[in-house]
Amino acid sequence: MRALLGIAGRSAWNRRSTLSLVVFSVALSTLLLLGIERIRTDVRENFSQSVSGTDLIVGARAGAVQLMLYAVFRVGGATNNVRMTSLEAIASHRAVAWMVPLSLGDSHRGFPVLATSPDYFMRFRYGDRQPLVLAQGKAFDGTLENLYDTVIGADVADRLGYRLGQRITLSHGSGVIPGAEHADKPFTVVGILARTGTPVDRTVHISLEAMEAIHLDWAAGVPLPGVKISPEEARKYDLTPKQVTAALIGLKSRTAVFAVQRAVADYADEPLMAVLPGVALDELWDVVAVGERAMLGMSTMVAVVSLAGLVAVVLAGLNERRRELAVLRAVGAAPRHVLLLLAAEGGLLTLLGVLLGTLGTIAAIAAVGPSIQAHFGIGLRLSAPTPQQWLLLAAVLVAGLVASLVPGWRAYRLSLADGLSPRV
Amino acid sequence: MNPPVIAIRQLRFAWPKARHDCIAIDALDVAAGGSLFLHGPSGSGKSTLLGLLAGVLLPRDGSVSLMGTSWSALSGARRDAFRADHVGYVFQQFNLLPYLNVLDNVLLPCRFSTLRQERASAAGTSPASTARTLLRQIGLDESLWRQPAGELSVGQQQRVAAARALIGRPEVVIADEPTSALDAALREDFMALLMAECRAAGSTLVFVSHDERLAARFDMRLALASVNRAAETAA
Repeated sequence: MRALLGIAGRSAWNRRSTLSLVVFSVALSTLLLLGIERIRTDVRENFSQSVSGTDLIVGARAGAVQLMLYAVFRVGGATNNVRMTSLEAIASHRAVAWMVPLSLGDSHRGFPVLATSPDYFMRFRYGDRQPLVLAQGKAFDGTLENLYDTVIGADVADRLGYRLGQRITLSHGSGVIPGAEHADKPFTVVGILARTGTPVDRTVHISLEAMEAIHLDWAAGVPLPGVKISPEEARKYDLTPKQVTAALIGLKSRTAVFAVQRAVADYADEPLMAVLPGVALDELWDVVAVGERAMLGMSTMVAVVSLAGLVAVVLAGLNERRRELAVLRAVGAAPRHVLLLLAAEGGLLTLLGVLLGTLGTIAAIAAVGPSIQAHFGIGLRLSAPTPQQWLLLAAVLVAGLVASLVPGWRAYRLSLADGLSPRV
Repeated sequence: MNPPVIAIRQLRFAWPKARHDCIAIDALDVAAGGSLFLHGPSGSGKSTLLGLLAGVLLPRDGSVSLMGTSWSALSGARRDAFRADHVGYVFQQFNLLPYLNVLDNVLLPCRFSTLRQERASAAGTSPASTARTLLRQIGLDESLWRQPAGELSVGQQQRVAAARALIGRPEVVIADEPTSALDAALREDFMALLMAECRAAGSTLVFVSHDERLAARFDMRLALASVNRAAETAA
């Protein structure tokens, strides 16, 4: 058996130029399967790590997933605004412990700007209920004299090379309209948050009052013509926010969550909704799962195609190897040895391909992981394979072995028919 | 006299779908250590007869026996094992696995037959040292032993094939036109070598060729056409 494996190995090595292409295609399909599975797992992990300790997210009535995506992950389009008066009414519910308003819409060089209250830095939790930590400086205090203070996430600081004291200006909207800048009211970086691995890292935080101030001389998304309000003058206006995008709500006791959710839904003055982050995430996964299954299905097809290629190449080579099989028969190999030899060759090629694909996946994650983290905020981890990944690896291997029985069987038939005199 | 190593009785063989037998031999015995020269024109059934002798083909009727064991009495797997144990085979050409080195090619039969491995390691030697002795005897330069077999000349390859057929001293060595790819001078060398080595190993040699000039060296010579009654029955 070991002798046969040795012969299979050396025979394959002798034809390495053709067979390396087969190994390459198996490696690529393994990489696809593993890569997609890794992204799937880590995206879920990242999303579910992004918010914790928040019992409800309140916003205008829309889809739960949309509200969640926009308020927590800064992905997708803005939902309708919510009046501050409504939020204050909800905050006064006896089961509510705290309420942090969130206002989104502007950006700074591609990074989303979040206007919120100073409470945010105390209340927000991520991962395993970890609080936000300031790596440098301090949080803004929401007072008028420090109106133009900003706290930036770790990615913003790293990618743009910002330090404390850096002056920055914000763009209106997502920053794609040229000239729509809040250039007249620059902000000063007063704090840099420690890395969290969540969308917080890519966020520029300002106070709700500052958000009001930079939009004083704006209406309907454009600067009001002929109106100019200087940063100093802005402080004299009433900067109390009238509307925000959403609010995070913490409860005194989780048991009240459905009662509060119903109270929000029944709020008479404005159509509102409250979503449980976990439930919204589950809904999101239900939507995403369709795409995931399609991706997995396609990479499975790629794997099947590459294994079919393997079988085709080994089969095509078989005719030229009838002489080799006859020699083996002459030195005492039985037809079942010949079957084993060919099956071992296919198995060896699959194993090599799977190993190479696994290494390739690791290399790819190491190579592009940081840029994916920077652009999409999704940290791909270089960790041991997940059970699902082991399953995929095993499936490819088993499929390869089974597929290799095809040329094995053909060689078995050939060597029975040829005996010691191959018809070549 | 020793009992025959090869015994053929009332042998009849026809290819599937053929209307007539292509081999019909009533009786043929080859004694242990003897040598048989088989000749005949192409298409006279030489390769078929070798297939029958090696137990790769089975007779339609009658029997082919090696050392008293009829091939027909063995199962497929037992025939393979019996062949590995007792038969050495030399082809016309392309005898070696080109991706193995010379030494590993010679050792191949020991990998498939424990009996031949044991015989090759009898008297305190290892199969590898037996292979080296054989290679020395066939006069292959030591620098070539670790070379891939595909890099050898045809003449060298045939000599290595002879060494491989002889390792572990099988009772029967079958050579199917092993000299047809060699020129005259090499042919003489190879013939002398093969016969000497078979004699040394005590192996019975069955040698097939269409070249009757080689027949002089053999104990027995047989024109296939003269013993093969298939031609007559077909006529």
